[in-house]
Amino acid sequence: MSELSDGWEMVIGLEVHVELATKSKLFCGCSNSFGDQPNTNVCPTCLGLPGSLPVVNAQAVQYAMTLGRAIGCTVSPSVFARKNYFYPDMPKDYQTTQYDQPTNEDGSLELPDGTVIGIERAHIEEDTGKSTHLGGGGRIHDATATLVDYNRAGVPLVEVVTRPELTSADEARAYVAELRDILIATGVSDARMEEGSMRVDANVSVRPTGDAELRTRCEIKNINSLRSLGRAINYEARRHVALYEAGEAPSQETRHWDEDGGRSTSGRSKEDADDYRYFACPDLPPLAPTPAELAAIDEAMPVLPGRRRSALASAAGVSMAETSLAVERGLDTFALDAIAAGGQGISVMKHVDQNLADGVGVMTAESFAALVALEADGALSATQVKTVLYEMVASGGQPADIAASMGFEAMDNSELESLLDQLIADNPDEWARFAEGDSKVQGFFVGQIMKATQGKADGKIVNQLMSAKAKA
Amino acid sequence: MTKRITADEVTHVATLARLRVADDELVMFTEQLAAVLETASALEALDLDGVEPMAQPYALTNVLREDVVTPSLDPTEVLAMAPAAEDGRFRVPPALGDAQ
Repeated sequence: MSELSDGWEMVIGLEVHVELATKSKLFCGCSNSFGDQPNTNVCPTCLGLPGSLPVVNAQAVQYAMTLGRAIGCTVSPSVFARKNYFYPDMPKDYQTTQYDQPTNEDGSLELPDGTVIGIERAHIEEDTGKSTHLGGGGRIHDATATLVDYNRAGVPLVEVVTRPELTSADEARAYVAELRDILIATGVSDARMEEGSMRVDANVSVRPTGDAELRTRCEIKNINSLRSLGRAINYEARRHVALYEAGEAPSQETRHWDEDGGRSTSGRSKEDADDYRYFACPDLPPLAPTPAELAAIDEAMPVLPGRRRSALASAAGVSMAETSLAVERGLDTFALDAIAAGGQGISVMKHVDQNLADGVGVMTAESFAALVALEADGALSATQVKTVLYEMVASGGQPADIAASMGFEAMDNSELESLLDQLIADNPDEWARFAEGDSKVQGFFVGQIMKATQGKADGKIVNQLMSAKAKA
Repeated sequence: MTKRITADEVTHVATLARLRVADDELVMFTEQLAAVLETASALEALDLDGVEPMAQPYALTNVLREDVVTPSLDPTEVLAMAPAAEDGRFRVPPALGDAQ
């Protein structure tokens, strides 16, 4: 869904920096841990001291290739390159990254709704140090000094770059959420946006709807949550449209997202790739994965969220999107087992989504399937099913036994019918309104019956009885 | 000798390298860099068809280390090397722009 005025569409490309879940840094043995005292995880290599030499962390390469294969990339021999720039976050005055020969290229990622987003590349690079700007209320432009902590300098990253194919803030959020699920499923990263182990930069431009040309883009940084991502993209796209409609044009630059202010502010004008004077790092021999290594990675690949959703969707008879929550909660295997044990798919999914947010506890898939069957038979009301369900999650056991011990017995329809007749006789005006189609009074009758039966009545049956009587 | 580099290009590269270059130096460096590039251009005369590009002259690939944490430096010692430190961090002049 576009948030823009008529005649404009968004073009979005995302660059997601993912910190890999290694124990040590990319090129040295310093600890890769978050939140330690500043400058306690530093050594001559990550401080760029003269004479130090980098050696690549085998696990980082393994994780990078695993992620590459998970998003359908071609994994090729790759070369580390130096990206030269002067900024105090890298004491070496260059960042070691990959340039024209990245480890992973040409992949794709399928969103829950079936949209496929093209991945241009996913290359390995080192993270930079963390700068804190003093004075000026934390604003970079007014700072009086900058303090730098190099604990993060040299932490292994993979930068996943999409093609400019995303068309809305919602799609961008769905993409990042899907990538996060894949990172967690593969163990490549803990993917915590709030801790910065997954950081998203958004390249945003707009164009007249249906145009093929790409217009000037701005790169939005400092996006710290999925919510910020959506807000930042919508803000930026609207800013571009406003400029074009006023006869102006945006200039290519990096902009900072200000979450509190709900706007982006100009950063620096974007340097051309040429200005970074990339060249192959003479200290680091190329990486050359063997076919056997790649086969082993594919072999060890866990079933990814996309496949899990499609398996559950076809077993439960629901759409892929409707299985997202179950897969996210890791309850898809449980749901599949329950369906295999005879549980009706849609009911199983309903309970997984609505009533099992905290997990299934000690409940078995078989006993859950039995409960779903009792509900389908009308032997238990919706309220009773929930009560029994929570008991099974907490203490296990079979639904029929629990229902019996709680005194839940199915109400005979004729019993309900006579209760309803009595209610109608006592409340003729309300009944007349209901019969004339005023659905608001329906709740009154259902409520009265629930009260009279201490919640044992099945609300659905009561509704059916009322409709039947109103039509009679 | 063909003009291998212009004064504008030298100025641009100097800016990227944070070097201040005086006008007479600009003329000198432009001439010197042009001579360096002229010499390097001898490579262009070689017939390199069928030669695989290589990133390095060594026949090495996959030089890796195990993912093992080794001791880091003492932060007091580290910060003592810096011209200025504050609050356990390196203190540097205000940096305009963004982290990469």
